[in-house]
Amino acid sequence: MRITCPHCGQRDISEFTYLGDGSIRTLALGFGGPDAPPDAEIDAAHDAVFLRDNPRGHHRELWYHALGCRQWVDVVRNTATHDVISTRAAAAAHVELER
Amino acid sequence: MGLLGTSTSFVGASEPAQPNRLPSAGQINRARPVRFTFDGRQHIAYEGDTLASALVASGTRLVSRSFKYHRPRGILTAGPEEPSALVELRNGARREPNTRATTIELYDGLSAVSQNAWPSLRYDLMSVNQVAAPLFAAGFYYKTFMWPAALWEKLYEPVIRSAAGLGRAASEPDPDTYEKVWAHCDVLVVGGGPTGLAATLSAGRAGARVILCDDDFRTGGRALSETHAINEGVGAAWVETALDELDALSNVTVLPRTSVTGVYDGGTYSALERVADHLPSPAPGQPRQRLWRIVTKRAVIATGAIERPIVFADNDRPGVMMASAARTYINRFAATPGERIAVFTNNDDGWQTARDAAAAGVRIAAVIDTRPAEATRDVARGIDAPVINGVVTRTDANAHGVTGVFVRADDGSSHTFACTSLAVSGGWNPNVALTCHKRGKPEWREDIAAFVPAGHSADLLPAGAAAGVYGMGACLRSGHETGVRAAADTGFSGSGGAIPRADDEAARITAFWHVSTSKASGTKGKAFVDHQHDVTREDIALAHLEGFRSVEHLKRYTTLGMATDQGRLSNVLGLALMAEARGISIAEQGTTMFRPPYAPMAIGALAGAHRDASSKPTRLTPSHDWAVEQNASFVDAGLWKRAEWYTRAGETTWRQSCGREVRTVREAVGFCDVSTLGKIDVVGPDAAVFLDRVYSNLMSTLPVGKCRYGLMLREDGFVYDDGTVARLSEQHYFVTTTTANAGLVMQRLDFARQVLWPDLAVNVTSSTDQWAQVSIAGPQARTLVQRLVGDACDVSADGLAFMGQTTAQLPDGGPLARIYRISFSGEVAFEVGVPARFGRALCERLTALGSDLGVAPYGTEALNVLRIEKGHVSGPELNGMTTAGDLCLGGLMSKRKDFIGRTLSYRPALRAPDRPTLVGFKPCDTSETFQAGAHAFAAAGDLTPANDEGYVTSVCHSPTLGHTIALGLVRNGPDRHGERVRIHDPLRGSTIDAEVCAPHFYDPTGAIQRG
Repeated sequence: MRITCPHCGQRDISEFTYLGDGSIRTLALGFGGPDAPPDAEIDAAHDAVFLRDNPRGHHRELWYHALGCRQWVDVVRNTATHDVISTRAAAAAHVELER
Repeated sequence: MGLLGTSTSFVGASEPAQPNRLPSAGQINRARPVRFTFDGRQHIAYEGDTLASALVASGTRLVSRSFKYHRPRGILTAGPEEPSALVELRNGARREPNTRATTIELYDGLSAVSQNAWPSLRYDLMSVNQVAAPLFAAGFYYKTFMWPAALWEKLYEPVIRSAAGLGRAASEPDPDTYEKVWAHCDVLVVGGGPTGLAATLSAGRAGARVILCDDDFRTGGRALSETHAINEGVGAAWVETALDELDALSNVTVLPRTSVTGVYDGGTYSALERVADHLPSPAPGQPRQRLWRIVTKRAVIATGAIERPIVFADNDRPGVMMASAARTYINRFAATPGERIAVFTNNDDGWQTARDAAAAGVRIAAVIDTRPAEATRDVARGIDAPVINGVVTRTDANAHGVTGVFVRADDGSSHTFACTSLAVSGGWNPNVALTCHKRGKPEWREDIAAFVPAGHSADLLPAGAAAGVYGMGACLRSGHETGVRAAADTGFSGSGGAIPRADDEAARITAFWHVSTSKASGTKGKAFVDHQHDVTREDIALAHLEGFRSVEHLKRYTTLGMATDQGRLSNVLGLALMAEARGISIAEQGTTMFRPPYAPMAIGALAGAHRDASSKPTRLTPSHDWAVEQNASFVDAGLWKRAEWYTRAGETTWRQSCGREVRTVREAVGFCDVSTLGKIDVVGPDAAVFLDRVYSNLMSTLPVGKCRYGLMLREDGFVYDDGTVARLSEQHYFVTTTTANAGLVMQRLDFARQVLWPDLAVNVTSSTDQWAQVSIAGPQARTLVQRLVGDACDVSADGLAFMGQTTAQLPDGGPLARIYRISFSGEVAFEVGVPARFGRALCERLTALGSDLGVAPYGTEALNVLRIEKGHVSGPELNGMTTAGDLCLGGLMSKRKDFIGRTLSYRPALRAPDRPTLVGFKPCDTSETFQAGAHAFAAAGDLTPANDEGYVTSVCHSPTLGHTIALGLVRNGPDRHGERVRIHDPLRGSTIDAEVCAPHFYDPTGAIQRG
């Protein structure tokens, strides 16, 4: 498989490390303090950390260009064909996710 | 070439003869004789021969014994699809089993032996398996050796293992080297036959960057084996012209002896180049094989087609050969498979063998065609031999191989023909394997009775016979057009030039799979479907009877197609027989999946240069060479080599060296290379906010010029890593990680910065390799460090307090050093960081400056003892199963902010009061000892898992206390100091009494290290 790194261009998969679902952000800040987080927040964090969909078809995921520019890349990949549909810097993708 | 009149003209009387060598023609160099041995016998052949063609020329028909029944076998094919003629090639460390004689390029001095024969090929004792054949029917290993179970390990398995198997692997390390290379192109052409050459020519002329891979040592494929004229000349001449033209094109690379073995995602292909397999051994510095990884935009699959056999009784005897292979031996190698050849075919192409053999002066015993007379009238014209419209019911054979065939004609008459060779053609299977590697699903085409590529991705372009296009002229046109299209697809729309021309021969076929036994009277012989795994028609019938009918069940139950040839000849036959038994069409029966690699590959080729010491990188600290000179022993810590102890004169065990080093630190001063710790610079206006979010404790409150111990949690709330954080300036933090997690923490900080909080103004840079860092510890550490820094700074208790940080310009032209007053040993201690190139000088300077203080270097063993004595947690405690609370570090869980892992650390189970928590252990009888991994049990009660109360994580002999001490985790630990427990080690079978105590065995108040 080959991934087009937004910084380095198309590179072989062996340069990358896979993390997982790129639509999940596993840390929401704002509940720090002396008290325990509300149960709903713990449940949401549990789901974000442990539960994963395994879709056939397009899947948004995060790859780390470990043996390249060290940038995290937001990749849309077809899990059935391994076709890479799109890539962009994860930092840029974050802005959209926040909206 | 081909000028010498007879094969024996240069051979002396004592030389072995080549009785089956034809007097002229062939793509062999008769001026260059080559000597080789097969089963210890001397043979002679020519440059340009394969081992198989050389054996054919020498009249050797029996070349191996079969896998299961040890039946005599000969050479069936002339290509990489060969299932029978498998030999062990070379000797000693270079011995390679399962080598196909048909692909071995002959070299002078080659030595090969036959496989699966004991004690010899001619007198094989294991052929008694044929008598016991019912035991070895389909699925025998599921049925036969099941009971009694006790016999399995002692009797069945050893006997089966010694009797079965395909050859013997070398038992010594591979002496050869291998290399890997990447290549990029626009168009990859797989296969250098007429189709592939035409495609390479047209795509190359159009301007595309083309790589042509051909698995043969002589490019040309069937153009070398057939007698068709191409562009009005012989095929071999056209090949030469084509190769010359390609050689002149700078955008074209031709790789002979290179098999494309796999198709991967993103247009990536693997190909194995046999660089030196045609030499006795590789030249110095030359790899034996080279693994290519080729990235291309389009791939022309010109892999041709593979002729398939027909199933009939005793169809495996030496002398039975594929019709196209017989033509290859006659036309390309000028070697006839026999002096009298019969042909058995169901299609027009088989007749070409009769014509070519007759043209070469070989006698034709008969041509037997399964089709009716009206279908063969045209193609039979000019054949000077009996023509029978009927079937071969059985071969007749002696110990050497075929002596004749029994034939039944359509009119019911029976015939026998004497012959020494039977050429068989059951039609052609397009070689679709590569089109399936990415889940292509071949489709059945009734008109050519074969599967053709389908469902593959659009960047694969099958052409010629691989696409079901038969006939020399048609293949050349298909190759040319596909090359033009591939080039155009990749942006090269230049002219493809002239299309090579050849006539289109007839290629009609009527599907015919097996000679039914019900009609053939008196035919008891085995009828083989898969020659390599000895799968017979009866095995397939049995699989059907027992319900293993789907393609995948059929394959696994009978092992059809599971041998090293991957069923290239047998798969479609097996499917056809099963479809017939089920009364369904072959299209409905479907095919099995083809997976990489297409051809067997040496493990060495996959490993490339990554073997032995080069299997992974080795990281050396800046003072490594110095440590070697100090007689250090080294331990692998990830990729690093770390000094574990330094042996001095008179020390005979590591415990002596380690004990001395510990005492040196406790009583004088020692220093330890800690350069392997991960080091990360965190810089920017938001550096403090950033670190507050990734560490559980506060870092924004850390004053400039101070250090703080920091704890990171995983997102699931467990402890991840620890280290120290120094604030060098308002916006510059210097973070250290454990050696093991250095890379992962860096990746995590990159993740946090880029993915979680890209809005923070902070940058993160690894500087592990930039700094040599040494820990200096002991009562004399301050004196030594003060000598080191001279007047540059004050490291007194007041000048640089515990957990302080400063920088110092080292005297005498030394570098700017960073000084951290942190302690892992419990002593007064400093870590000094200098640019990596000064690592060795720092060690030398410390040794020189501290000689009167008794200074000595210490290794990781002493480091570990010192930290256990002090009660510091390390890798064995940060084991992925412990929370901050478990490690008595709950105070580092800040309540003033959020941080990674905080939320899930509140899950009830992670805060359960009776979780195993950090304690110390010491044996009640201090002469006793125990080991890490032992479990803790209350003083009374059964030693059962239900009563398990915790476990021991770190154990050492404390030279300071004179007995064993340990750290571990036990339920309600802090409440149980002073309690007597049992330390039970079921693995080593020991149980001893120990006392639970505080984890701090040395300086529990910390007064010493703060002093």
